[in-house]
Amino acid sequence: MQMPVPDPAILAKKAAIVAALRAVLPADAVIDDPFETRAYECDALAAYRTRPLAVVLPRSTSEVAAALKVCHRHGVPVVPRGAGTSLAGGAMPSADAVILGVARMSAVLEVDTANRFVRVEAGRTNLAVSAAVEGEGFFYAPDPSSQLACLIAGNIAMNSGGAHCLKYGVTTNNLMGVTLVTMAGEVLEIGGPYADAGGLDLLGVICGSEGQLGVVTEATLRILPKPEGARPVLIGFDSSEVAGACVADIIRAGVLPVAIEFMDRPCIRATEAFAQPGYPDCEALLIVEVEGAEAEIDEQLGLIRQIAMRHAPVEFREAQSDEEAKRIWLGRKSAFGAMGQINDYVCLDGTIPVSALPQTLRRIGEMAAAAGLEVANVFHAGDGNMHPLILYDANREGDLERCEALGADILRLCVEVGGCLSGEHGVGIEKRELMSAQFTRADMEAQMRVKDVFDPGWLLNPAKVFPLEVSAARRG
Amino acid sequence: MRPQDERELAAAIRDAAGPLRVQGGGTRGLVGAGEVLDTTGLCGVRLYEPAALTLVVGAGTPLAEVEALLAGEGQRLGFEPVRWGPLLGASGESTIGGVVAANVSGPRRVRAGAARDALIGVRFVDGRGEVIKSGGRVMKNVTGYDLVKLMAGSRGRLGVLSEVAFKLMPAAASEATLLLEGIGVGDAVAAMAAALGSPYEVSGAGWMPGLGAMLRLEGLAESVGYRVGRLGELMQRFATPRIERAGSAALWRDLGEVAPLHHCAGDVWRFSVKPSEAPGIVARLGVPVVLDWGGGLIWAVLPEGTNARAMAAPYSGHATLMRGCGVASEPEAPGVAELGEALRAKFDPRGIFGEGLGA
Repeated sequence: MQMPVPDPAILAKKAAIVAALRAVLPADAVIDDPFETRAYECDALAAYRTRPLAVVLPRSTSEVAAALKVCHRHGVPVVPRGAGTSLAGGAMPSADAVILGVARMSAVLEVDTANRFVRVEAGRTNLAVSAAVEGEGFFYAPDPSSQLACLIAGNIAMNSGGAHCLKYGVTTNNLMGVTLVTMAGEVLEIGGPYADAGGLDLLGVICGSEGQLGVVTEATLRILPKPEGARPVLIGFDSSEVAGACVADIIRAGVLPVAIEFMDRPCIRATEAFAQPGYPDCEALLIVEVEGAEAEIDEQLGLIRQIAMRHAPVEFREAQSDEEAKRIWLGRKSAFGAMGQINDYVCLDGTIPVSALPQTLRRIGEMAAAAGLEVANVFHAGDGNMHPLILYDANREGDLERCEALGADILRLCVEVGGCLSGEHGVGIEKRELMSAQFTRADMEAQMRVKDVFDPGWLLNPAKVFPLEVSAARRG
Repeated sequence: MRPQDERELAAAIRDAAGPLRVQGGGTRGLVGAGEVLDTTGLCGVRLYEPAALTLVVGAGTPLAEVEALLAGEGQRLGFEPVRWGPLLGASGESTIGGVVAANVSGPRRVRAGAARDALIGVRFVDGRGEVIKSGGRVMKNVTGYDLVKLMAGSRGRLGVLSEVAFKLMPAAASEATLLLEGIGVGDAVAAMAAALGSPYEVSGAGWMPGLGAMLRLEGLAESVGYRVGRLGELMQRFATPRIERAGSAALWRDLGEVAPLHHCAGDVWRFSVKPSEAPGIVARLGVPVVLDWGGGLIWAVLPEGTNARAMAAPYSGHATLMRGCGVASEPEAPGVAELGEALRAKFDPRGIFGEGLGA
């Protein structure tokens, strides 16, 4: 992965920059010791590492603004960081950049169940947002797999999704307002606990801008009343095509489950060996979850059973207890761990039209065979968001490169069949150079013009999202 | 000018000598000067996959045509686009691009989100005459900046939409409305908050003068029956609900179209606020109102020239003058307004889109 050459002028000024940061921040909020900054050398795309110039860990919006003003004045790039769980390298530093971490800002500022929102500092974890309102019978809907660790700040930067977004939408559909600090250190309130923007929907473009437009320090989030109950069913099929057809029929029948998850045989076998969820050994497996009171669940599952039976499943297993429900989800939830036990892997994140599912799976199988690599598929079938896991051996010369080349080919395939490069992980550095496969130069120019407005000097997370050649003139 | 495809649209904008007035169905009334650019030639279904809940359609396609197509497959636009023509004194049939450009969302917004939430892709031509796409036809997509949201509700000030893509919803197999007849605005807002905070998936919560509060439940028949019972019990402390089934759809159409205020003369105002602020605002305005979105949306007709913002203050959110003379949109905070202006200058450097659609 190519990164721009660090600016030697900035590297030479390190002492002055750190001193300027120390002058406006508490002593423990600025880290420049090269042993300590090492903790920030990568995010969850751990194959790539660079130690940042320095790290700042502010405790308030005003400290964030003060730090940004210093960096702005010195022309130092800033890489915002949440919990460092980005799979796309969104929080990966460069040697001439200051990491600005918001993890110390985790307070709940306001819980308002009458108006159904919560206001939190953006360094709070996703799961802790739900925890703050569950006593009142509410929850925060977007549920990325990393929700125990990932921060709302990162969720907003990447517009994170999760397994349940077929019904509840992704971050942008549940975000009502933010406090945003611009690169120049200006503090802006955008949106709030009311519907829609009065002017342009700036909130809509801030969400998913990968930390390139500003640093979000507070967020107003929509909360929803918890459903009375939920129940999953497991449906096994002897072909991926039939499983795909079953998904299509469920959706066409007017049932909108809260989640439809799909696993293929390599993934089923790996999770069975790892966690013993008791899955059938079949070609494709669906987990369909519906919500409501007992009678409502029975009504929906009755319909789903009727539809599934038309496709002659090898198994239809309805959870009869909480214990059985947990076991059905156990395999799905341990899929990444199971694959990780077999080997190193790269997790892709392309989305395809649901109708293109069978042909895309077949092509991925052929491409993997040609590359001599193993691929397991696990994904959100209701919305077409695929997560092919490509297994490789990091200790074997050239394996990572072959794996990345296959990954790029698979993502190009996703675009070719009408989909996109990333459904929920973001572009970061990982998919940056592939953007040209999905977008024209004019499309990318339009996006970069938005950054020109928010961050004219291109100092915020500059070498991300856009192909380096495309953003070169702006990055200077 | 009435371009027939995106290429003609781009040429028309590139070659425009002066300001353009972009017009879809002509339901909103045009402001400013300049040659009319009629978008109704950019019509037709590009792709409809019911099993993927996906629709891609030319921006100039009439809303009614889209709705009829979806209804034929038992589907719909979840955000429940509404027609404000009669309220605003305009004729014409809305285009789907106009609905998107104004982010028009009906009562179901409280459950299904706004037009901008259902919108998954756009193609548009900016003020430089360049064709730009963002998003696509899949419902989960974080590839690049989300210009889709930026275009929704931008009222044509950044570019002219040529194509829009939506995530669809299944139509409900049945629906019922609980009417809390005769209760006032204060109790109604409290009742709506309790209903929307319940697990019964309320898909509409409004109040109309002369009627009272209304709460909608939609879904599979047995499920609706169950929830009618449970929500009814929960509402007992406000009023004993009357259950409306056959007349339910008409009630919500009236609410969405703000029917009770059609006959009122004066300026039409629309407040988007924190729902719990509604009773105070309504009291300060002192005129008949219609409430939607649990109180988060207030419609009011005030005597011509009234400074409704000053009268209603304090409130969070924003007020828009929908019909009448004056400042249409709530002035934004300084830093935020500057960003908006700078974006407009980037997308429309010649300023040919002017003020865009009438508020």
